[in-house]
Amino acid sequence: MNKWEDNKAWFLVLPVFVIVAFSAIIPLMTVVNYSIQDIFGPGERVFVGLEWFKEVLGDPRLHEALMRQFLFSGLVLLIEIPLGIGIALLMPKKGWGASLSLVLMALPLLIPWNVIGTIWIVFTRPDIGLLGSFINGMGIPFDHTASPTQAWITLMLMEVWHWTPLVVLLAYAGLRAIPEAYFQAAKIDGASAWAVFKYIQLPKMRGVLTIALLLRFMDSFLIYAEPFVLTGGGPGNTTTFLSIYLVKIAVGQFDLGPAAAFSLIYFLIILLLSWLFYQVLQNAGKGDA
Amino acid sequence: MKIKKRTIALIFYFILLLLPIYWMLNMSLRTNADILSTFSLYPREITIANYVKIFTDSSWYSGYINSIIYVSINTLISLFTALPAAYAFSRYRFIGDSQMFFWLLTNRMAPAAVFLLPFFQLYSTFGLIDTHIAVALAHCLFNVPLAVWILEGFMSGVPREIDETAYIDGYSFPGFFVMIFMPLIRSGVGVTAFFCFMFSWVELLFARTLTTTVAKPIAAIMTRTVSATGLDWGLLSAAGILTIVPGALVIWFVRNHMAKGFAMGRV
Repeated sequence: MNKWEDNKAWFLVLPVFVIVAFSAIIPLMTVVNYSIQDIFGPGERVFVGLEWFKEVLGDPRLHEALMRQFLFSGLVLLIEIPLGIGIALLMPKKGWGASLSLVLMALPLLIPWNVIGTIWIVFTRPDIGLLGSFINGMGIPFDHTASPTQAWITLMLMEVWHWTPLVVLLAYAGLRAIPEAYFQAAKIDGASAWAVFKYIQLPKMRGVLTIALLLRFMDSFLIYAEPFVLTGGGPGNTTTFLSIYLVKIAVGQFDLGPAAAFSLIYFLIILLLSWLFYQVLQNAGKGDA
Repeated sequence: MKIKKRTIALIFYFILLLLPIYWMLNMSLRTNADILSTFSLYPREITIANYVKIFTDSSWYSGYINSIIYVSINTLISLFTALPAAYAFSRYRFIGDSQMFFWLLTNRMAPAAVFLLPFFQLYSTFGLIDTHIAVALAHCLFNVPLAVWILEGFMSGVPREIDETAYIDGYSFPGFFVMIFMPLIRSGVGVTAFFCFMFSWVELLFARTLTTTVAKPIAAIMTRTVSATGLDWGLLSAAGILTIVPGALVIWFVRNHMAKGFAMGRV
């Protein structure tokens, strides 16, 4: 699609730039500042250069947390994106069924994140929780506070339960935005359901799916409140994700310098991977559509 | 037969989706002692004491009011600034457009923990601490980029011939935007409004850091249910059920815009 060339379009973007830059730029500069200084107290700071970056990059516990984070986010994307698209395709197109589906779908998304963790603690407790006692009732001893595997399964269940609806809502809105004429044309051509999906629905959903994938990637990579409340990073360190480890350094040990360096590295990893995803998805659509 | 299978699969998914929420509802209607002592699939003795407490104790219900105020301000700011920007990104090529577009999203990529302190300093410099507008502005950091991205996706789906025809027909830019363009992308506007509302509603770290008493959000108040005797599950569950209600109303209002999609025939 050839766009009109006009630098006056900047005026349309300006309000957005101002409002985001207000909150973004100064805090980012401050954190960069922290990351290259040793801070003893107000007014007492020493320039240490890249010292903190070296310390953080050589930390084996950070490497472990990073690997865990990759595994977690990878699983999240592999499960939630296809499942979300599938459910969006199943949802009724109009009538009360559509309304009801949309409202029900939104419910898990509306619970504050710390509360999600708390509710899942009780939901998975073997004595008084529905899921915990159900699994126990099947003869499998269930205790996610003792078994790393069960802690991971519980976290994934919670994550998929919580966030798949986001993918569904985006995919559903994307599907509804496809003009009816496309489906009529496909019907005349006698296209199969799979062909309709592959050649009409999927390419037309590329925009919303890009957003869904990037959002799920970023948010799952930054996940903090839910696993912190549910497992506290345990048992051992088996569910200590990057941000849980970061908070341990920043708040627990109050090492502002290394924590700031850590934050910037963390930020750059997400930036790089998001950029790659974005480029791949942008180019994926160029052939068809 | 095929349609029936689809419906069954969908209903099965919804049952799984609703189970944790049902469990929360179940607990919200029981006393804390009852929850901790017995496993029960449904409340045997229904009590509404937990809800009564939230509706009569101002330290509880003010949290809902505060959250609704700043979330509404945030949703409005996000939508109104993002609509023209998204239009610019979807229709025009200008210096730095693609860099700017991606830069917006990078604001969602920073881990919050270390940024909270400079955030607090920035907002205290402007004397905004403990105001609703402070939280609304801070949440723009992640909601405005999201709104621009979602809206741009929907706007790019609208053929540009529609713009050109409208301009030839003598529409001014604002007239075209409101009368012709907005109806075409309303499913996008509906989704965007809901997502802005939702992300602002559930965010805890910024909201808690920037407020102390006057503008304290409900999510922060809910962390207080831990007392000397442990967690009050009943009260927390009741508060949790009530946090779902405002957002459910929002999606109820935008549902038609999401469901209808856009009708090319009308133009």
